[in-house]
Amino acid sequence: MSAFSVSRPRASAREWRERLLFLLLIGPNVLLLAAFTFWPMIYNAYLSTISWNFLSPIRRFVGLRNYETVLSSEIFRIVLINTAVFTVVSVAATMILGLGLALLLNQPLRWRDGARAVLFTPTVLSGAAIAIVWIYIFDPRFGLLAQILGWFGILSPNWLADPNWAMTALLIVYIWKNTGYAVVIYLAGLQTIDRTLYEAARIDGAGPWGQFWHVTLPGLSPIIFFLLVTSVLACFQAFDIIRVMTDGGPVNATNMLVYHLYERGFIQSQAGPAGVVAMVMFVLMLILTLLQLRFLERRVHYS
Amino acid sequence: MEQHAGLQKSTVIKRRRRRRRALALRRRWLWRIAGYTAIIVSMVVIGLPIYWMLIASLKTSREIYTVPPTWIPLNPTLDNYPAAWRAAPFARYYLNSIIVTLATTLSKMTLAVLTAYALVFLRFPGKNIVFLIVLAALMVPAQITIVPNFLTMADLGLVNTYWGLILPGAATAFGTFLMRQYFMTLPREVFEAAEIDGAGHMRRLWEIAVPLAMPALATTGLFAVVNEWNEFLWPLIITSTENMRTLPIGVARLLDQEGLARWGVVMAGTMFVVLPVVVLFVWAQRYIVEGIAAGAVKG
Repeated sequence: MSAFSVSRPRASAREWRERLLFLLLIGPNVLLLAAFTFWPMIYNAYLSTISWNFLSPIRRFVGLRNYETVLSSEIFRIVLINTAVFTVVSVAATMILGLGLALLLNQPLRWRDGARAVLFTPTVLSGAAIAIVWIYIFDPRFGLLAQILGWFGILSPNWLADPNWAMTALLIVYIWKNTGYAVVIYLAGLQTIDRTLYEAARIDGAGPWGQFWHVTLPGLSPIIFFLLVTSVLACFQAFDIIRVMTDGGPVNATNMLVYHLYERGFIQSQAGPAGVVAMVMFVLMLILTLLQLRFLERRVHYS
Repeated sequence: MEQHAGLQKSTVIKRRRRRRRALALRRRWLWRIAGYTAIIVSMVVIGLPIYWMLIASLKTSREIYTVPPTWIPLNPTLDNYPAAWRAAPFARYYLNSIIVTLATTLSKMTLAVLTAYALVFLRFPGKNIVFLIVLAALMVPAQITIVPNFLTMADLGLVNTYWGLILPGAATAFGTFLMRQYFMTLPREVFEAAEIDGAGHMRRLWEIAVPLAMPALATTGLFAVVNEWNEFLWPLIITSTENMRTLPIGVARLLDQEGLARWGVVMAGTMFVVLPVVVLFVWAQRYIVEGIAAGAVKG
C-alpha cells in the first residue's frame, strides 16, 4: 500500500474532489478566524508602533516609544497592581470556598443537585444585569447590605464611591458570581476519585485529615490546575461588571487590564497605547493559555 | 486463667471497636449536618440578591426609598414593568439580542461541525497545520482584538449594523476543538459501512456524524446562546444608536438614564435581561451543569 502511494505520480480525481471538499468545509471558519482573530494581532502590533488618534489622516511611526510611555506610566502600574490584587483574591477565594462547599456537598444529601444548580445560576446571568442589582444592594442608605450591616451596628461604607472599598465591592460580586462554577467542577472531580483509595487509606490508619491530604487533594490535582488557569484567565478578561459598577474608579481604584484597554482605545482615542496594552495582555494570557493547553493535551492523551 | 485473660482481651478489643464505630457514626452525622448547613447558607447567599432584584421590581417608588427597606413588598405592583418598557426601547433590544444570539450560535455550531468533520474524516495533505491554526486561535482572547476589529468594521462600513455585531463572533476555535475531540471518539465502522453503501461525505456528515454528535452539539449550542446573550464588550463598542443596542447594553444605558431616581424601573429592566436566561437554565439546567463538569473532567 505505502509502496504504491509513494510511486503513484499524482492524486486521482476522487482525491482532488476530497481535497476541494476539505477546503470548502474548513474555509468559512478559517477565513473568519483569520480576519477577526489573527489579523487583529498583526494590526495590534502595528498600532503599537504609531501615533494616531483614529481620525487624523496622519499616522506617525514612533517605533517603541509607545511601549516606553505606557510601561513607565503611573496609570499602567496601578492597572497591573489592581489586576494582580483582584486576580489573587478572587481566584483564591472562589477556589478555597468552592472546595469547601464541594466537599460538604459530596455526600448523599437531599436537594444536593438542586443546591448545585442554584449555586451555578449566577454564572449564567448577564454581568451587566448582575452589576446593576449589586449597585442597588451596595447603596449605603437603602441598600440590602447597609441594612444587614446595621443589624450588627456597623455603618455601611460608601462602597462604590470610596476608593478604599470599591475593589472589595467588586470582589464580593465576582466571588458571588463565580464560586458556583468552582463547586460544579470540584464535584465532578471528586466523583472521579477511586473509592477504594479511601478504604486503603483508612486501613492504613488515616483519619479524615489524612484522607483529605493523601487521597482527595492528589486526586483533585488536575482539576485544581484546570480551575486555577481558567479562573486566572477569566479575571484578566473581567470587564462588564467593572464597566457598569465603577467605570474603573473611583480614581482608578478598580481600573484593570480590559477596562484600561477600552479606556485608551475608545475614550481617550490613543491607538498606539491601546495597541501596547493589547500586546502586553496577549503575552500574559498566552503564557496562561499554553499552560492550559498542555493540560488539555495531557488529558486527551492519557484518558 | 489463660482462657480468662484471652476473654478479657477480646472484650477490650470489642469495646474499642464499638467505640471507634460510634465515633465514625457521630462523625458522619456531624458531616451530614454540616452539609445541610452549607446548602442552606449558600442558598441564602446566592438567592438573596436575586430575591432583592425581584422584590425591588415589584415595589412602588415610594416604598423603594424607605429606610429600613422592606423585605416583602407592602403593596406589590407590576407597574414598573410597563414603565421600564416605555423608558427604553426594550422591544427593539429584545429583537436585536435574539437576532445576534441566534445568528452567532447557529454560525458557530455549523462551522464547528463542518471544520471538525473535515479535520477528522477527510484526507488533505498537511491537514494538521489547519488544526494547529485552530488551536492557535484559542490563544487570542476576544478582548484584545476590540480596537483592530472596530477599525476593520469601520473600513467595511459595518459599524452599528447586525453584520458588525455578528461577524467577529461567528467563527469558533473552541467549538471546533470540542467537536473534533468528539468526532474522534465515534466508531469508524459506521462511517465505513455508509461509504460502502455509497453515501457521500455530505450524507455521512448530516445523517451520521451530526445525529451522533447531538449531545456534544447541544451543549456547545447552549453555551453559545448563554454567552452571546450576555455579551457586553463588543456590542458596547460596535453599536452607536438605540435601535442597534442589545439587551445588556440597553439596560446599562437605562441605569445611566434613570440613575438612582427610579430603582424599581431599573430593576424591572434588569429582569427583562435575566429572565430568558433563567428560563433556559431551569429548562436545560442538567445539560449545562453536566456539560461544564464533563468538559473539565474529560478535558
